[in-house]
Formats: sequence, structure tokens, C-alpha cells
Amino acid sequence: MNDASTPERDKAAEEAQLRAVWDNPGGWRYWTSVNNTQIGLWYGATAFAFMLFAGLLALLVRAQLAVPENDLISPELYNQAFTLHGTVMMFLFAVPIFEAVAIFLLPPMLGARELPFPRLGAFGFWSFLIGGVFVCGSIFFGAAPNSGWFMYPPLATSEQAGIGADIWLLGLSFIEVASLAAAVELIVGIMKCRAPGMRINLMPLFAWYLLIVAGMILFAFPPLIAGDLLFEMQRMFDWPFFDPERGGDPLLWQHLFWIFGHPEVYIIFLPAIALLAMIIPTFAGRPIVGYSWIVLAAVGTGFLSFGLWVHHMFATGLPQISLAFFSAASAAVAIPTAVQIFVFIATMLAGRMIFSIPMLFATGGIAIFVMGGLTGVMVALVPFDWQAHDSYFIVAHLHYVLIGGMLFPVFAGLYYYYPLIDGKYMSESVGRLAFWLMFTGFNITFFPMHLAGLRGMPRRVYTYPADIGWDWLNLTSTMGAVVLGIGMFAVVVDVTLHRPDRPPRRKQNPWNAGTLEWLNEPEENWGVRSIPHIESRYPLWDQKNLAEEVRAGDWYLADAKEGRRETLVTSVLDAEPEQVLRVSGTAYVTIVSAALLGTVFVALTFKWWLISLVSGVAFVAAVIWWLWTGSGDIPEKENKDIGRGVSLPLYVSGVKSTGWWAMFITMTGDSTAFVSLVFGYFFYWTIHEDFTGGVSGPGAFWPMTALALFAAAWAATLAAREANRRAGIGVARVLLVLGAAFSVGGCAAALAGPWTSGMDPTAHVYPAIVWTLVIWAAVHGAVGVLMQLYCLARSLAGRLTARHDMDLHNVALYWHFMLVTALITFAVVGLFPRAL
Amino acid sequence: MWRLLPREVESLWTLFTAPIVWALHFLACYVGAAIFCEKPGFLGTDFQNLRVAIAVLTILSLAMIVVSAILAWRQWGFGTGDPPHDDPTRRDRLLFQGYATLLLSGLSFVAVVFTALPVLFVTECLR
Repeated sequence: MNDASTPERDKAAEEAQLRAVWDNPGGWRYWTSVNNTQIGLWYGATAFAFMLFAGLLALLVRAQLAVPENDLISPELYNQAFTLHGTVMMFLFAVPIFEAVAIFLLPPMLGARELPFPRLGAFGFWSFLIGGVFVCGSIFFGAAPNSGWFMYPPLATSEQAGIGADIWLLGLSFIEVASLAAAVELIVGIMKCRAPGMRINLMPLFAWYLLIVAGMILFAFPPLIAGDLLFEMQRMFDWPFFDPERGGDPLLWQHLFWIFGHPEVYIIFLPAIALLAMIIPTFAGRPIVGYSWIVLAAVGTGFLSFGLWVHHMFATGLPQISLAFFSAASAAVAIPTAVQIFVFIATMLAGRMIFSIPMLFATGGIAIFVMGGLTGVMVALVPFDWQAHDSYFIVAHLHYVLIGGMLFPVFAGLYYYYPLIDGKYMSESVGRLAFWLMFTGFNITFFPMHLAGLRGMPRRVYTYPADIGWDWLNLTSTMGAVVLGIGMFAVVVDVTLHRPDRPPRRKQNPWNAGTLEWLNEPEENWGVRSIPHIESRYPLWDQKNLAEEVRAGDWYLADAKEGRRETLVTSVLDAEPEQVLRVSGTAYVTIVSAALLGTVFVALTFKWWLISLVSGVAFVAAVIWWLWTGSGDIPEKENKDIGRGVSLPLYVSGVKSTGWWAMFITMTGDSTAFVSLVFGYFFYWTIHEDFTGGVSGPGAFWPMTALALFAAAWAATLAAREANRRAGIGVARVLLVLGAAFSVGGCAAALAGPWTSGMDPTAHVYPAIVWTLVIWAAVHGAVGVLMQLYCLARSLAGRLTARHDMDLHNVALYWHFMLVTALITFAVVGLFPRAL
Repeated sequence: MWRLLPREVESLWTLFTAPIVWALHFLACYVGAAIFCEKPGFLGTDFQNLRVAIAVLTILSLAMIVVSAILAWRQWGFGTGDPPHDDPTRRDRLLFQGYATLLLSGLSFVAVVFTALPVLFVTECLR
């Protein structure tokens, strides 16, 4: 197998090349790095810091509740503290920490040098940081959100909610954008950037889980973004989406929030379980039992989790038949969840377990999670839920699920993967102490909450009288919280302060694990020295000498002669090599773009319209600059020799290119947000006798004209793509101009419908939702124009040719989605009211 | 052997067939019942009709899941090879896909039955 290491290769020179190409800039420019290792670390450290902050808020809440009739903090601060605690834990810790772990771990685990869109990952991180600091910082100005982490209207649309509600809506929308960016990055990375030979039946389970989770993000986050949009339109411009007096309904928010909120629980839980699926086989010293069953469980949970949202709304007075459907699905999801637990138990029983610190956290987490799962089945039953709804029983249930199903596995992962971060172990004794403090502290805190809840204590209550049997339960919880806090503090001390005397890692694969990420060298930034051919689920166990061969540069892509950062792209199912992908390097543009987009959201919060507009335009310009300089480069040669006699193209377009997949995935998420808005339209139709409220609609003429024009723009774009390939560049350019003109016309005609009929969006919810749909379509049309003109400019600049037409393929794909958006929008607003 | 689909489906998407059937069935049941109860008269007034409609839909969905399961079973070589299907060959990759699809069909079958169960017990738009 070593035939590639021919004598003329100068391996020292290769290593120097690779080191230079993947090197990070020094000094303050270090922060312009886009490498997955740095971004993953920064992302993880930031999320961890937010978690500690939210933990302190929780201690504040517990201190207030320690004794009856307490007035340690003001009711307003209390409201802000519990709202921010929930918000930060869910949006700034639980989801981002998994994105961080995935960005850090996936490339080495898949045998890739880098994820396909490093700058997108960096952009996501900076957006997350800016948005997170904005949301967290608000409490120091007494302006934090104060209506609970799910922001129910009418409370959150009222004056009492103050600017906190806007900070919540806009700050989190910004972070949701970062999550969608991460989802795109992860899906394309997992599907297309695996090492050659890593077929889908050999993929590490972590990758399977992350693939499913990233897919779930595409369908779960957009409904919340749509909800945020409606909510903010009501708060800013008085469009009455949730105001019953003008035809709105607060329940629509609950639907949109929980269509996001329930899958979110599994979006948090599955990656944590994925860590266990990597850790347990290592310490059992054997492959996982039931690989296919884990895949079943991951996919099954991913789907079923979307059929559960109404179980948060059992007390809202929906018909019992509707509640029963969701109760049934909530019971069904216990099946795949339990499958995973049993697979882990079976693996532990079949192997010879080593009870290391990661395993302590793993098994402790499973035990806690099972308890939370069982109370979950209880509250999935409608009659019981009616008793327990909004009580401390729910608080106990959700903390058992989230801390057992997420926090403990993350700590297990921290202890397990720490050697990959800085080449050293974390302290065994501190870890053991921390685990037992956390485990006992957790149970002392949260178990009594079940009882307090059953005794009628409502969640979010500021204080309580002394004589109703809640006092000792609350005091116990508070004492437990302190123990839990001390346990976490011990880990923090271990990570931050204990560095010099930590035992160094003795070997590259300290736990003797079987998966590829343990080839990673923390000292080097290049990921893997060379990209191996994979033949097993646990290559380090089964493929003899693999580690040595990889490190010796005997495998693929062992050099960087052209001075570019490169990784391999392989086929989805069998991971056959398809392309050498050149990924972008260090850049300012990601930080600038994130800062500009952040400014848009912050300015909107304070209603600084001009600043918001200017930064919005600047953001679009920055993104165009980013794409122009960082994507679709025409390589200096067709193919690159990657060693062992394999030569691969440097440029592909269409379905095979990573850019096409990214567009497809982004637009899938975008379409979900659109469908959520359409859901809103029909929701209003369902709940009202006459949903138009007597307001006349936009008519059929303008909507149909808009549809025709958008269809023409779509056809022109498609024709441009074909013409560019066959008939000649000149024809393609004319068609692009024509397409842009059609689509400008489409945008105008779209808005002309409600405009000419004089529909006032503040008068009633019907004109408001029609305007929203039409504006959505028009904005997408405008983005389509930008794309058409971008292709035109690329063509004129000689960066888009008959052979190198990636941009045009991606824009054509965008227009497919645009056509469907236009079709649905204008059929709904123009034809549906007439069909009734 | 009759063929609904080519003998070896080279796609990741077939894995999701049965769960997608579950999702569509679930959505149809929920939306159908919601419209029936919220807009009296729009989909008729007799709750019995709603129950029959859901029953028919359920049978159709289960039939589709069974077809998906049979195709998966065939892809899995009718169970001739035992898991774990971890050889680095195209054959084992196909067997793995078949097996995982079969398992998912089973889960989806149960989940569809779960979803349909309430109409056995609920007889009106009670709130």
C-alpha cells in the first residue's frame, strides 16, 4: 500500500507547504482566522461563557425562592432573570455548543481538512457572539426581556414588555440566522466532504446524528423566524397579528413558537447523544451494538419530534381530537428514544467497561435523562398535563431532560475530547469530585420541584406564602443549586486555571479510540497530514498502520503545491472522490458582514431607521464582495493529482458542486419560513367566519400579473444557463438582463395588488397577512434580481464562462424556489378568496 | 418479482419514505380535524365522516409504508445477510440502507397507528 511514497517526494517540503498554507496569522489578526479548529474553539468557549452567565441568573432565581415572602431582588429583575436564564440556556448555549462541537470535530472525524464553507462558519460565530452579547448585556441596563423565554402575546406585545421583547425578537433572529448558516455548513460537510471510502454505512454515528439535526434545524428554526417577523411587525408597526380585536390571535404565536420549540429539544438532545455514541464504544472497547438501530432512532426521532408541538398547548382549549393526535405522537417518540438508551446499555454490557470520567458523566446523564423521559410520558397524557401545566412539575421535567440529555453528555464530551484541544488531559480527581457534586446537586435541586409542582406551585412565581407546604421544598432546591454550582465551578477552574500542571497527553490516541478524529494533531492546523482511504467504522482499530501512513503523508492530498487550502469532495453514498475543493482562507469580510448585520438588528431594536437602512445596504455590499472574491474562482488548471495515481477536477458546477447543495439547503430553510407564513394565512381563515373582516382583497389582476412576470424571469434565467453553455455568452447576457427586468416588474406588480386596493395593514389581520406574503415574495424577487445581475457582472468580468458556470447553476436553482414561492403566494392572495 | 422501483435504488432519500408518509398522514389528520372542528359545515357536519376519512387515510398510509418495507426488505436481501453491514463494499452499503429503511418502516407503521387511535375513542369536537 505504500507505493505512493516514491523517493523523489520531499516530505519535509510538503509539510512546510501545508503548514504555511493552513497557518493562522499572528497578533490581533489571529481573530480573522476561519479555520474550523479555531472557530470551533471560540464558538464553544463563548457558548460556555453564556452558560455560566445563565447559571448565575439561575442561582439568583433560586436565592429569591429560598424562603417564603422573600424580597431579595425586585419582581422586575426576577422576571428578567428567569426569562434571560431560559433564553440564554436554549439559544446561546444548548444549540450553539453543538454547532461548536460539530465545527471543531467533524472535519477530523470525517477525514477532511476543513468544512466546505469556512467563512460561513466564521460568519456564524461572529453573528452569534454579537447577538449573544447584545441579548445578555440588556439585563445590566434593566432592559432584558421579561415575559418568559417563549414570549407569549398578549403579555409580550404589551407595553409592560418594554424594549426587552424587541431585544429578544431581533437579537435571537440574528442568532437563528447563524444557526441556519451552521446547518448548511454541516449538511454539505457531512454529505460531500467525507474521506474516500467512508460510505454511509461506515460513517461515524456522530455524523449521522449531526446530519439529522442539521436537517431538523432547516425545518424547525424558520417557523420561529416567521413568527419573529410577525411579532416584530406588530410591535413596530401595529400590524395586528396577535390582537383579537382586529382579527388576530395570540395562539398563532404559540403554534409557530412550538413548531420550532419542540423539535428544538431534540435538536439539543440528539447531538449530545451523538457524543455518547462516540464515547461509549471507546470505553467499552468494542464497536457499537446496533449501528443501524441508532440510525433508525436518529431519523425516527427527527421526524416524530415535529408531531409534538401542541403538547405544549394542551391547556389552550383546542378540540380534544387535536390534542389526542399530539398525545399519541408524544407517546410514540418514546420508542426511538428508548432504542438509543438500550443500544448504549447493550454496548456497555457486551464490552469491558472502563469507568473513566467521561463515562461517569455519560452514565449519570443517561440516568437523569431516563427519569426526565418518564415524567415526559406522564405530561404527554392530556389529563395529567392539565393538572401539571405551568407548574414546577414541568420545570423539574424539562431540567431532567435537558441537563441529563444535554449538559452531562456535553461535560462527558469535554473530558473525552479535551486532549484534542491542547494535547493534555483534564484532572481526574477534579473531574470525579465535580461529577458527584453536580450529580447530587442536580437531584437535590430538581427532584423536590416535582413535589412542589404537584402541590400547586406555579412556575415563574416571584414568591409564595409560608404556610402552604412549599417552603422546605424550595429551600432544599436552593441548597442543591449551590452544590450543583460548586460542581460546575470546579470544572471551570480545571479548564481555565489549572493549565501548567496538567498531565501531558502520552500518545496521540489517549483513550485508544477507533474513530478518525484521534489522528488529529493539536499542534498542527492542517487537520490531517494526508487524507486516508477508509474501510471500517473504526479505522484506527481495524486498519493496521493507518495512523503512521496518514502522518507520513502516504495518502491523498499530501501537499499544497499551489499554495491553496484544499480538501476532498466525495460522492454522497459511496464516498468516491469527485473533486479537489479549494476552500477560502483567513478573512476580514466575515467579521465585517456579521458586524453590519448585527448593526441592522440592533438599530431596528431602537428604531434607528436610517442607521439600519445604511448598514443593511452595506451588509449586502459586503456579502457581494465576499462572494465575488471568495467563491467560484476559475482554477489555473483542470485537474490536480492527489497522489496514488488519482487525479481530480478542481472545478465542478451544478448538482456535484458544494455551492449548489448550499443553495438547495438554504432555500429549503427559506421555504419553510415561507410555508409558516402561509400557515398563518390559513390559520386566520380557519378561526374566523369571514377571515377578510369585510376588507376587500388585492383582486386577481395584479397577483396574476406578478406571477406571470416572475415565471418569465424564471424562464429567462433558465434559458440563460442553457445559452451560456451552448449558444454563446452574448445570448446568455441578454437573457439575464431580460430576466432581471421581468423580475423587477414582478416585484412592482406584487406590491401593486394590496396597494391599489388600499389595504391598510393596521386595520385588520387580513390585509396585514396579505401584505406580509406579498412583501416576502417581492423581497425574494429583489434578491433574485441581485443574483441575475451578479451573474451578468461575473460574465462581463470573464469569471463566468461556458465551462465555469457554477454561479449561473446556483442562481437558476434559486429561481426554481422563487417560482414556487410566487406560485403559492399569488394563488393564495389572488385566487383563494375568490374560490370561497 | 414485480418491480415498483428499479432493483437497487441509489439514493439516500428512500430511507425517509416511511417517515414522510407518517408526517403527511399526521398533518392530514391534524389539519382535517382542525378545519372540521373550527369551521363547522366546511367539511360537512357529521363527525362520523371525519372518522371514516381518517380511517381510509390511515389504511392508505399503512399500505404505502408496507410497500416501502417490502422494497427495503428486498434491498436487504430478504434478511439473508446479518447486520452489522460494515464491510467497505457497495453491497454492504446497500444492505445497510435496506435494513435501516426496514426498521424505519416499522417505526413509522406503529406511529401511524398511534396517530389514528384517537378516532376510535373521540366522537365529537369536544373542547
